[in-house]
Amino acid sequence: MTAARARLLTIRGHPGIGPKVTGEALVAKDDFSARYDLDRVKGVFSRPGHRLHGESYVGRVLVLNTAKGGVATSWMLREMSARGMGPAALLLNLANPIMAQGASFADLPFMDRFESDITDAIATGDRVTVDPVAGEVTVEAESPRAGRPGEVAGEAER
Amino acid sequence: MKLDREERAMRDGQRGPAREEAIRQQMAVGRVFDAEDFVEVAHVHLMADTESLGESGVEWLESIARLPEAERRVRVPTVTDPRGIDFCAYRRLKQEERMAALERRAIAAFESMGILMTDTCINYQSVLPPVRGEHLAYGDTGSTIYANSVLGARSNFEGGPAALAAALTGRVPRYGCHLDEHRRGTHLFEVRHRPRTWSDWGALGAVVGKRTGDYWSVPVLAGIEGAPTSDELKHFGAALASYGSVPMFHMAGVTPEAPDLASAFDGRPPPAAISLGQEDVDAFYASFGRHEDRVDVVVFAAPQLSLVELQAVARALDGKRVHPRTSLLLATSPEIKSAADRMGITATVEAAGGVLLRGVCFYQMYARELGEANGWTNLLTNSAKLVNIISGYGYRPVLATTEECIEAAVRGRM
Repeated sequence: MTAARARLLTIRGHPGIGPKVTGEALVAKDDFSARYDLDRVKGVFSRPGHRLHGESYVGRVLVLNTAKGGVATSWMLREMSARGMGPAALLLNLANPIMAQGASFADLPFMDRFESDITDAIATGDRVTVDPVAGEVTVEAESPRAGRPGEVAGEAER
Repeated sequence: MKLDREERAMRDGQRGPAREEAIRQQMAVGRVFDAEDFVEVAHVHLMADTESLGESGVEWLESIARLPEAERRVRVPTVTDPRGIDFCAYRRLKQEERMAALERRAIAAFESMGILMTDTCINYQSVLPPVRGEHLAYGDTGSTIYANSVLGARSNFEGGPAALAAALTGRVPRYGCHLDEHRRGTHLFEVRHRPRTWSDWGALGAVVGKRTGDYWSVPVLAGIEGAPTSDELKHFGAALASYGSVPMFHMAGVTPEAPDLASAFDGRPPPAAISLGQEDVDAFYASFGRHEDRVDVVVFAAPQLSLVELQAVARALDGKRVHPRTSLLLATSPEIKSAADRMGITATVEAAGGVLLRGVCFYQMYARELGEANGWTNLLTNSAKLVNIISGYGYRPVLATTEECIEAAVRGRM
């Protein structure tokens, strides 16, 4: 049995909301609104022009830039989770109140304001552990990528 | 967070499970934004359309509605944002009975909590205009930005569950727009060309919003000479909030916290100005193209129309007939609809083949299903906010002036 070695890096952010969770990341530099961007029935990004257009967000750790648009996301996160069609967690560079309120209502793991651009630090497909109470995100990357700030020494067995 | 005796009682469940859940959710949000304490609010505006709520949201409301009266009643006057169903028109629009049934359940739950079903996003024009310095919990981005900017009241964006929590606790965590430091200007825009039409004002709001960035930014506009009208500021603010997720702006010499440019920045040196002219507004319109082959639906909504806007649309429609392949929809509040009925405006709109909807807004009424049921794809509107929202629902939106919208409704194309 060969244990593939993956590098671990920990990124600190502002303490957030919800339980600790691990999942596969889905990342883009775009902004986020559940009403504007998603087909919540099919569980995919539906807004033409969004870089994640057509991608399923269900069960993924969703990593995006900032919150945009209206207030509806605060209802929608819980409704999506109740149907088993929600993301596993939501990480943003910068949230607005709506995202925090929606996460609080849904008890969805949520964090923002990281020490570096979170959309650079995490890549789609990375395995990510989000610990909102500690204010920490741990990333297992297949191989080191250049220019990732906040990287700490450490290796994980997968 | 620092809690007073009443807040501790709510947190500890002494005021029932609904207020306990509410204040615990608020405390979690307060911690995210480093709020030190709560601030009492004068009234609440609740956005809770059934499309957003879904079955699970309505069930959650019903669980509150089943509590004893003392535990389920809201603590401050609470009014509602547009609903998803106009019971007088939903069959004509081919909305489904399941949507109406869910809507009825949500309304029954709200009424049992003592919520006033105003069903409007223009509550600041038509129900209870906020007062400068008043702390509020407003649940629509358009109503929030208007209350903060034009009226000098203080509210963050309070999404549905957060606004309902505020209604149950009578307070909100004190952060963001409740604090002076978050109401100072951060960006400066020099407007070289004053917008003319409502859609121009919306387009300017969109352009500013796209360049402003995020919730914690406060754009300041210079160069607007003389007060715009309430409807102009409504379109501007709604688009700005929609494109920029921005809860507040200053307009030097116009809005109450910016009697001059220096006040808008609280005496600090303003940043370098971004110059905006007619070409920026034109480029925004052009980015949506034109529907020269076919217009399926023309929508006047988002925000709901004031009585003045309704009159203008009715005048432009008078004696004309909407093309058979095109639908024309207008949305307003129940109170303004009654006024429009009384003043003959509704009759003019309906005689031309338009539909004047009451207590709903286009994007809050299952827009995807609505489009599929009626075969609507090509949408024309004078609302810069609506063109931003609606493409995610499967529409191809184009922005045009009120006159162009009416003309296209009659011709069936632009």
